[in-house]
Amino acid sequence: MDNYNSADISAFKDVWVFCEQREGVIQQTSFELISEGRRLADELGCKLYALVLGDNIEKQAKEAAGYGADGVVLCESPLLKTYTTDGYTKVIVDTVKERKPEVVLFGATYIGRDLGPRCAARLHTGLCADCTHLDVSVPVYQEFLKGASTLTPERIEGTSSAIVMGQQHDVSHDLKMTRPAFGGHLMATIICPRFRPAMATVRPGVMKKAPFDQARADAAEIIRPVINLTEADFETEILAVEKAAKKLVDLIGADYVVSVGRGIAKDVEGGIKLGQQLADELGGVLGGSRVTVDSGWLSADHQVGQTGKTVHPKVYIALGISGAIQHKAGMQDSECIIAVNTNPSAPIFEIADYGIVGDLFKVVPMLIDSIKAVKAAK
Amino acid sequence: MKIIVCVKQVPDTSGKVAVKPDGTLDRASMLTIINPDDLNAVEAALKIKDQTGCEVVAVTMGPPPAEKMLREIIAMGADRAVLISGREFGGSDTFATSQIIAAGIHHMGLNDDDIIMCGRQAIDGDTAQVGPQIAEKLGIPQITYAGDIKVEGKDVIVKRMLEDGFMNIKMKTPCLITCIKELNEPRYMSTFGIFGSYQKPVDVYDYETLKDEPLIDKDTIGLQGSPTNILVSFTPPLKGAGVILEGADKNTANELADILEKKHII
Repeated sequence: MDNYNSADISAFKDVWVFCEQREGVIQQTSFELISEGRRLADELGCKLYALVLGDNIEKQAKEAAGYGADGVVLCESPLLKTYTTDGYTKVIVDTVKERKPEVVLFGATYIGRDLGPRCAARLHTGLCADCTHLDVSVPVYQEFLKGASTLTPERIEGTSSAIVMGQQHDVSHDLKMTRPAFGGHLMATIICPRFRPAMATVRPGVMKKAPFDQARADAAEIIRPVINLTEADFETEILAVEKAAKKLVDLIGADYVVSVGRGIAKDVEGGIKLGQQLADELGGVLGGSRVTVDSGWLSADHQVGQTGKTVHPKVYIALGISGAIQHKAGMQDSECIIAVNTNPSAPIFEIADYGIVGDLFKVVPMLIDSIKAVKAAK
Repeated sequence: MKIIVCVKQVPDTSGKVAVKPDGTLDRASMLTIINPDDLNAVEAALKIKDQTGCEVVAVTMGPPPAEKMLREIIAMGADRAVLISGREFGGSDTFATSQIIAAGIHHMGLNDDDIIMCGRQAIDGDTAQVGPQIAEKLGIPQITYAGDIKVEGKDVIVKRMLEDGFMNIKMKTPCLITCIKELNEPRYMSTFGIFGSYQKPVDVYDYETLKDEPLIDKDTIGLQGSPTNILVSFTPPLKGAGVILEGADKNTANELADILEKKHII
């Protein structure tokens, strides 16, 4: 067997962002990743490429580059029109082997989390799942730790190197991939010191999209790798692709989110209705904690938290949510947090900007009335 | 035909989680459970067994006490189980873990009409990586996020969920499927099953058992075979406490509405 532990990692350079397209439309999360990838490429002193697979997709690919990429690695084939694990894995692995990027990022979507592990396993490299923060520069990373962790200054100082295979390893050129673990109770930073590319799936909605730059899009270099893909490479066959009949809740883009939790248990229907009314009054959307989804009160697209969606709205209102760490992981970066809970020692009050200790069934109707009154007085 | 269900014993992260002063998890103080999504994979396998009479084999990698979890899955209706356990396997990341489990499945024998089922992801790591990586190591097709599964001879038709809809995908066995919570309602252990669970075999595969498998190499298993390393783990600081608005009455509601107005929210 190959001696895997002597891979030449210095032969790899550039950052690639896999851009996910569905029916020819590149997904928002890919633009977020391109903007984040720009920062990482600058820290590494290399170029950033958007990796786009599809059919007849050059125009959209160049547009994606407008969010921060120097160029596009464009893989076009009728066989790549719709996502398949088989086709996309083969083309990405072939292209990565040929062009040797140092970092490859995927959105942690249903597709990214199907594709990333398969590519990483075939390339014999590491993949870090569902990252919420990325760094290359050690000073920038340590500055992040100062605000985001309870680590001592000595321990933060110590993160400039790690023990890898029994030896001291300088991490200054490694991608530092930070993610929640154990349901968000802990954060961990992962490195992939011995193999390239370092690969990560990144949680949608966490990275900030830069403004679109038409000049950058126009100037994007286009690289067209040779595609060796035939029908024989497919072990799966797509019979149908359907959109959900019901419009799903767009929590990630919402400015105002009103979420309900276990506190609605005594009157689930009434509690959801109140939450929805308050959300409507603010022009926001309704979300829910894990228990509301696990109990079947709300559909899964409503879930905020470590296993649901990460939101950072202008205002997040938590109704009857205790604030388990798993929930906080998905909403603690909201600009303003308001909590209503009967239990004064609920952890949600530790992060709330404004708290009301009381029964949501009593407080929310009064609050809706007060908001209406304020609006009417304008 | 057999269905191999991959399961994991995990700390119950939905309850109180204890963190030690050095920032690592105090596993000893936590209860362990069968990973919730894995129960949906077990149920999916047992449903196919109900229809076809196929064999269901539960597989896990973990320390020796994980045998108890395998007995529970046998009590639900599985026919036998395999515990992959050894010091050499410790410290594995998802890459190395899938390497070892794939080797265990290869050792057991993967036939043309077999299916491997996994849960979507485990609640301790939440990576969702080991399932697809097992499929890759075994060179078989995968469908993740299964919301419905139909088996017709050697064809498997799966409704693969997406954020905004779904795809219907057909593949041939042998293949791997990862199952989501919405797929089914896992059954309970039956009284009969509990009584019988210690009569059925739980084989233990250790390093000695698997060392001649092509996938097992000191450079691809355990800590040494893991491409990723943990640089540091930490707990986030608490955000400063905010203002508690006293009362929970009409005045409190007005006060909050005024704050929202001053912040130009309404």
